This record gives sequence, structure tokens and C-alpha cells, in this order.
Amino acid sequence: MTDQCKCCSFKETDPRWLELERILEPCRGDTGALIQALHKAQDLFGFVSPEVQEKVAEVLNVPLSEVYGVATFYSLFSLKPRGENKIGVCLGTACYVRGAAQVLAELEKQLNIKLNDTTQDGKFTLEITRCIGACGLAPVITINEDVYGRLQPDKIKEILDKY
Amino acid sequence: MGDNIKLTVDGQGVEVTKGTTVLQAAKVAGIEIPTLCFLEKINEIGACRVCMVQVQGWRGLQASCVLPVQEGMVIRTNTPEIRQARRVNIELILSNHPNNCLTCGRNTTCELQKLASDLHVNADAYKGEKSEWPLDLSNPSLIRDPNKCILCRRCVAVCHQVQSVGALSPVERGFGSVISPDANRQLAEAACAYCGQCAAVCPTGALAEVDNTEIVFKAIGDKKHVVVQVAPAVRVAIGEEFGLARGAISTGQMVTGLRMLGFSAVFDTDFAADLTILEEAHELIERVKWGGKLPLITSCSPGWVKFVEHFYPEFLPNLSSCKSPQQMLGALIKSYYATDVVKLPLEQIYSVSVMPCTAKKYEASRAEMGHGNVQDVDAVLTTRELARMFRIAGIDLARLPAGEFDMPLGMSTGAGVIFGASGGVMEAALRTAFEWIAGVPLEKLDLVAVRGLEGVKEAQIAIPNLGLVKVAVANGLGNARSLLERIKDKEVEYHFVEIMACPGGCLGGGGQPRSRYEDNVSTKQARLESIYKIDRELPLRRSHENPAVKKLYAEYLGSIGGEKAHHLLHTTYVARGRFPWRNK
Repeated sequence: MTDQCKCCSFKETDPRWLELERILEPCRGDTGALIQALHKAQDLFGFVSPEVQEKVAEVLNVPLSEVYGVATFYSLFSLKPRGENKIGVCLGTACYVRGAAQVLAELEKQLNIKLNDTTQDGKFTLEITRCIGACGLAPVITINEDVYGRLQPDKIKEILDKY
Repeated sequence: MGDNIKLTVDGQGVEVTKGTTVLQAAKVAGIEIPTLCFLEKINEIGACRVCMVQVQGWRGLQASCVLPVQEGMVIRTNTPEIRQARRVNIELILSNHPNNCLTCGRNTTCELQKLASDLHVNADAYKGEKSEWPLDLSNPSLIRDPNKCILCRRCVAVCHQVQSVGALSPVERGFGSVISPDANRQLAEAACAYCGQCAAVCPTGALAEVDNTEIVFKAIGDKKHVVVQVAPAVRVAIGEEFGLARGAISTGQMVTGLRMLGFSAVFDTDFAADLTILEEAHELIERVKWGGKLPLITSCSPGWVKFVEHFYPEFLPNLSSCKSPQQMLGALIKSYYATDVVKLPLEQIYSVSVMPCTAKKYEASRAEMGHGNVQDVDAVLTTRELARMFRIAGIDLARLPAGEFDMPLGMSTGAGVIFGASGGVMEAALRTAFEWIAGVPLEKLDLVAVRGLEGVKEAQIAIPNLGLVKVAVANGLGNARSLLERIKDKEVEYHFVEIMACPGGCLGGGGQPRSRYEDNVSTKQARLESIYKIDRELPLRRSHENPAVKKLYAEYLGSIGGEKAHHLLHTTYVARGRFPWRNK
């Protein structure tokens, strides 16, 4: 993973292309399988690159504009490479009023990236999330499957160091 | 009649068949419920929420375009609550709209503007953020201005469902939503056929033809020798822009109007259609005789040609090598006409064409369509743009006396005019091919089996000395695609196939006047009947009888399908693929 370029397309020799073809083959010509196919492709590559979208469009026989439309409509699809660890800052109402914006600002400062970006070393991606149902712990962030609540900006560094 | 349903709309009893929508039922009762996103049979999605009605006993308001009638329904279409809801919806759309109507190309023909006026809305009711999208000026055919887009999805429905092209889709979400080609590419980079059916259905100025009216006015003003040719489908449609009946034949008035605009000579694309038939019938016979690639497929429709270049490059060897009539006439204007008729240097001649088509603009710009620095056609106007030029010049087409095309490039037969309707090229080619091969006159000139608005038509003609010739005709790119798939799978076999990109053929082209009637099909039907009427009433109805074409071969071109004809009148194609950027 580490020697893989994270900002652009994958090498043609990347074995995942063959794997993608194998995964997509059962959906050949099945225009209704678009979302499912994009999920599988994203699981494989971590995001849906333009080349991956073209492959999906080609095999499923769906216009590329539609593939792009679906990939950009659903927030679970990412068009950019994402880091090893996905940070989600809850900007639900409760978290927001309890200072989520300051938490987000501190994360941006610590990681030296903006919202929806990935760190140079590919370690962290910073995103926002809607209410995760842990309002009693507001403000909350998630890192992968872990939840951190009752956050203060000064606790951020300590948390990030665990990853 | 057991499937009939009775309901009440604004107090009037209505009886309609099961499956009818409340919108249609109201129409039966004489009530026009306003709509914006609705496009019959193509885009019925209830997106714009303008056609709201109240159903007694139901909570909230319902979108009538997607609401099927039920027995005993009591519908109100005009209550204070409904009027308010419609008004608010329009006002919200206007809150993110440029509202620069006075300078918009759709001023007075915009459906949003009409609704705003009909519903008496306040354009400044809501102040908020406005989208700022760059214009898509990437190609010679169509302009996209997403700032004027109301996201009704009519263009998307036409592009995907009717044309099976899918060059445009809604992308991103929420306030960032925009109708766009894939991955935010511009149209020029996408696999777009430039057929312009999107612009034909756009309710606002978000999708429109590239306007060449000023370029042409300038050329006329520069005192060049500006000549114009007019396609067959224009003469049966332009009258609609000047209050004439649908399908009104205004050939003579149009010619007079063009002279009044200052064109030095007014030619008929039908002349070149006759020429196309001679070249293409010759090509067909050669291919049948010598085992060439079959079916031979027509290449007059530039939207179709671009479609096949993108999606079915394996069929390129099937395409006729003939240029389209527009390009044949253009090539002759810049050669034969320049040297032998008007005797002027090429740089003094400016060649304009009036087409029912937006893809023709692109076709004229293709590198294959000229020699050296000289393009066959310098500027292409759509029917709508010609109407605009007439209005700018204060020319009321309806009140003009009839004029005649200039000779020799204005001489044509009935076979030339039917190019404007789906099936016309086929019929015209067979009239000539039959007589050439059989050596006897064709008794019945009307090949009714290939006429009409139906999407795919088939026929078989027994030609003496040759045998049974199987032909097919498709109009609309979705129909073309399904026909090609069947040919590919060897389900069907033909000798000759005609394909036109637009539904109904050129008479339904993307550059034609937008129908003032919701009933688009009967508008096309009226234009179609007029085309065949012109054919029926002409003294000459076979392309090979055109005396001016005969003279042209005798004095200039040499033999049909010969070297000079090939140099001037034939072309080549490019395999582009679905992802054209991969070729770079």
C-alpha cells in the first residue's frame, strides 16, 4: 500500500484491476447493479477513481455521466483516495452547540489538512458525519469504528497519537 | 368501458380510462394545470411541484402529473392553498435563477418565465445564495448555461431514454447539484452526439444552440458574396415561428425572406440531396454487386454519425462514404459554383446553411469537411436562428410573396425534399436504385412502408435483375441502438439501413422551432404530411431526373462515384469510443 500513489490513478499492472473485472463480471450489462458495483469497487480500491468509474460504466453498460452522478450523490462514495484512518467529526445539532466546530478546527490544525482531505502520509482522512446518536457525549468524533466523546480541543493530539 | 373511472375536477364530472393521470383528466375537463418538469411519456417524475392539486380527504397537496385517477376522486385544482404552493415553488426556483430575462435567448419563449407571469409571482420573494457555474462553450453546436437550469431533468430523460446517449446526468447533490456530462467534463469532451434534443426540450435557456446569427449578419455586412442553402425540413417548420399553422409550407416566403436579409444567392439543400442519392444508390449497387460491406447505412445525419463513432465504431465500414447533402452542396459552392458559375475567388465566398439541426454546426466544423483552409460550409444556422434573423430584420415571413431558389443549385426533385422525414432517404434511394438496376420505371413511387413517425420500420422490395432487397429505417438514437444490436446479433439482415438521429427524422430536429403545442407528435405529423405533399406535387420525383444534377455530372463532376465526385462529395469517419479522452 505504501508505495502506491494516492493522488491519482493506479498503475495498469495493479492486480486489483483483474480483481475488479472478476467482481464486475456477474453484473455485465446489468444497469440496476450500479450502486452495488460501486460499493464493491470502493471496497477494493478505497475510493472510486475516474478509471474505476469508467470500468463500471463499461461493464454495466451505464452512461459514465450516470455513474459519476450516483458516485457524487451518495456521501458514502469517495472520489478521492482516503487515508488509513477515517476521522468523522459529528456536526449534528448537539455536538455543534457543544463546540464541534472548535474540535474540527483543532483537527485541521493538528493534521495540517482541510476538511475532506487526506494527510500527505495517507494516514488520516478528515470528514464530517451526521448525528451518530451519541448526543449525551457531545461533542463526538469517530475514528474508524472508535468513538471519542466529551471532547475538548486539547485532547485531540493525544487521541491522534494512538493511530 | 369497464375500465373507465369517474371523478370530479373542480366540480365537473369527468370519465377517463384507468391509468390516466389527474393532470390528463383535468385537461379533459378543460383545465390546464400548469407544469414545468413534465414531458409527456418521457419525463413524468413530479419533480417541480408546480402541478399540485388537492384531493378531497387526502392530506397535503399531490403532484397531478404522477397521480393516477381513482374512482370517485374529488379534485380541486384552484384553491388559495394551491395557488400559494405553486407560486412559492416558482419563487424558490427564481431565488436561484439569473433572472436576466431581457437578454436571455429564451425571452418570451421560456416556460419558467411564462409560469412566473401566469402565476403572478414575485421574482424577489426569496433572497439567498445563487449558483455560479461557468458556461460550457466547448463545442460548435450547443451551449450549456447551468445557472439557468432548474434541474427539471427533461434533458436527462431525452438524452438517456430517447437517445440512449447519456451525455448528461444530474451530478453532486443539494445546492451543488448540476446537470453535467461525466466527471464535470464539458460536452466537447464527452460522448455527446450534439443532436440537440436536450435543447429542444429545455424549458429555460440552460441548453441552447450556439447562436451564429451575428456572425452571418456580419458576413453579409462585409459585402462578401454570401450564399445560403436551406434543408428540406426547415420549410415545413419555420412558419410556426410566425404564427402560421403547424406544418405550413413556406418555401417561397422563406426564399424571399432570405434574399431580403441580403444573401446573394439562395440554394436548396434538396439539390444536394438528389446528388447524395445518385452517389449513395451507386454505392449501394456496387456493394451489393461486388460483395461490399452490408448493410450500407446512411450518413446524412451528423448526430447519428457521431453516435456511431462513439458507441458502435465497428459499424463505421457500413456507413456510406457520402457526405451529407449540406456538405456536398457546401463543397460544390466552394468549387463548381465559385469557378464555373459566379467566377469569384474563394475568399470572397461565404457559405451559410440553414438546418433543422444542431449537429450540423459541428459537422460543418469537422476537419474532413473541407480542403486545406477552406471549409465546405462557413456557418450553420438552425431553423430557430433563421427565425431570429427574420425578426431582427423585421421580416414577417407570413406576409411575404413567394420567391424561387437560385439556379442551378436550387433545382430539386421530390426525392430530395423527403430527406426531411424519417424514411425519406431510403425511399429516394430506392426510387433511383430500382430504375437503374431494373431498367424499367418504378410504377409506384410511394414507399409507404418506410414512412411515418414509428421508431423502426422495415420493408422488402423485389428489384428485377437483383432480387429481394431488405431495408430498415430507424429514427431516434435509442431506436438506432436497438436496431444495431439486432443486426449485430444477426437477428435481422438488411441490405440498406437509414438512420436519423432525431425522432421523426430531420423534421423533429434539435434546431427546429419548439412546439407551441404540448402535443409534439401531432406537430411532427403535420410537418411530415407537408413534406410528402411537396414531393407529391413536384413534376420530378426521382433524383436521377434532376436536370441540374445531370448537367453537373456532364460538365463538371464526370461519372457518378468517379474520382472527382469522390474527392468533393465523399468523406471518412473517426472511431472515437465511449471514452474519447482515451484516444489522446
